[in-house]
Amino acid sequence: MKPLNDTVTATPPSGIRRFFDIAAQMDDVISLSVGEPDFVTPWRIREAGIYAIEHGFTAYTSNSGLPRLIQAIAEHLHARYQVSYEKDQILITVGVSEGLDLALRAILNTGDEVIYAEPCYVSYGPGIRFAGGVAIPVHTHGDDGFRIHPEDIEAAVTPNTKALLLCYPNNPTGATQNREDLQRIVDIAVKHDLYIISDEIYDRLTYIGKHTCLSSLNGAAERTILLNGFSKAYAMTGWRVAYACAPKPIAENMLKIHQYTMLCAPHMVQLAALEAILKAGNDVEEMVADYDHRRRLFVRGLNEIGMGCIEPKGAFYAFPSIRHTGLTSEQFASKLLMEERVAVVPGNAFGASGEGYVRCCYATALSQLEEALERMERFMQKIQLERKSTNVSSEALKI
Amino acid sequence: MTKDREILKLLEQDSRTPAERIAAMVGEDAERVRNLIQEWENAGIIRRYKTVIDWERFGVERVFAFIDVSVTPERGAGFDDIARRIYRYPEVHSVYLVSGGHDLRVVVEGDTMKQVANFVAEKLATIDRVNSTNTHFLLKKYKDDGDLFVESDSDHRLMVTP
Repeated sequence: MKPLNDTVTATPPSGIRRFFDIAAQMDDVISLSVGEPDFVTPWRIREAGIYAIEHGFTAYTSNSGLPRLIQAIAEHLHARYQVSYEKDQILITVGVSEGLDLALRAILNTGDEVIYAEPCYVSYGPGIRFAGGVAIPVHTHGDDGFRIHPEDIEAAVTPNTKALLLCYPNNPTGATQNREDLQRIVDIAVKHDLYIISDEIYDRLTYIGKHTCLSSLNGAAERTILLNGFSKAYAMTGWRVAYACAPKPIAENMLKIHQYTMLCAPHMVQLAALEAILKAGNDVEEMVADYDHRRRLFVRGLNEIGMGCIEPKGAFYAFPSIRHTGLTSEQFASKLLMEERVAVVPGNAFGASGEGYVRCCYATALSQLEEALERMERFMQKIQLERKSTNVSSEALKI
Repeated sequence: MTKDREILKLLEQDSRTPAERIAAMVGEDAERVRNLIQEWENAGIIRRYKTVIDWERFGVERVFAFIDVSVTPERGAGFDDIARRIYRYPEVHSVYLVSGGHDLRVVVEGDTMKQVANFVAEKLATIDRVNSTNTHFLLKKYKDDGDLFVESDSDHRLMVTP
């Protein structure tokens, strides 16, 4: 047989998935490894989906999506972030994942470089490569809250750089980025004529300060592809519906790929999304308040048991450091799973700069979080004891 | 939402939540949370702590009836006086003044249908200025005061997701 596509073949499968098979076969596991809300989609949204199916909204929609939904998104973005998009600049996609793929394929030529901050969502690197680009990670560090430094981005710019890819609030670190730094990053993009892809799927899950919509910054709108969706804010992960907003020439290119590959997002799902964006504001606020309670409780708990953790200001992840245990992220995660049956995701699944950390999702029941903290505390104590005894025996050997 | 309101909402959801946990959840000092709760108890903002029990699941039959009551309000006292005459009976679970075709909505609780029916016939309907009663017996409780009494949604998430 002839060889398959080189780029795809060379790409390793997602590091997150590797743990799935092991954890799925064990009993009594508390999973902090999910990347989605523990709420079921609010009933009013589910009911709108059911109504749409009952009334036969089962046909294609136009490629770009239902005009009413597009209009509602435009109004929502304008009311929330004072950004203005016309109808033909907005495209309904099947998840932000599709939006990201479209954005990359719409702008990249083979060999174009895309700079993005690590640790990051698992599909950025592979997505860039699948689109023919070269993935250029810029590392961020726990010591300063995984802030991305504009000067680090500028240092990574080469004549081949085509775009920047940002995600705030961040998965997996929960970091947010202040408006001033983001403006400096936009200024760099303007200076070097770069596109910006801004993945803002966690925008509503901002607990400290206000979210900055990237395209609201000076000079950003004309070069920014804004990606957002319904999965996290409205607990609609399985519905697969999102949107992309872009300057017209980019939106046209994205629409072409979308119409030839995806055609359109499911009709009834778009109607459910319409209900979400028009009517489910209170549901979102209640869910966010609930995440915030668990965030504070869990992060305080992590710090108390010796898993030092910067305060995550957004999303629903804590990204504690486990460096001092002497274990790698993967060793830590698999040992914790085997010995205490708590599943966390090793930080290196999110890029090399995630090494030394693990991702814990706190979107799980309070009782489970507290039980997880107890188990992890026991685990940390055990590791400390083991380290002490190894130190003692190695000192004894020296003598 | 203010922090104080958040604390009250958390207590409303689960009054047994320890002050330490509430403090951690809202980013507050545990001592202050304890003091606030004490203050609210003293001020009558926190009326009391109760437990939501599914008596049917426990095996105890309880009978509830919703009774729409039409009354003639009294000059000077409006509906308050007659409402008082009704709510003082221990059988009366709740009393609301409502708009619409009737004036008061009374919820009566008893061990048997007969007991509830007798209460309505002998006590409620015979009060002066009560013109009529319309009794609806509760057949099944699906949701009560925000709590579901049937199976709730289970977690269908995969163990590990991106």
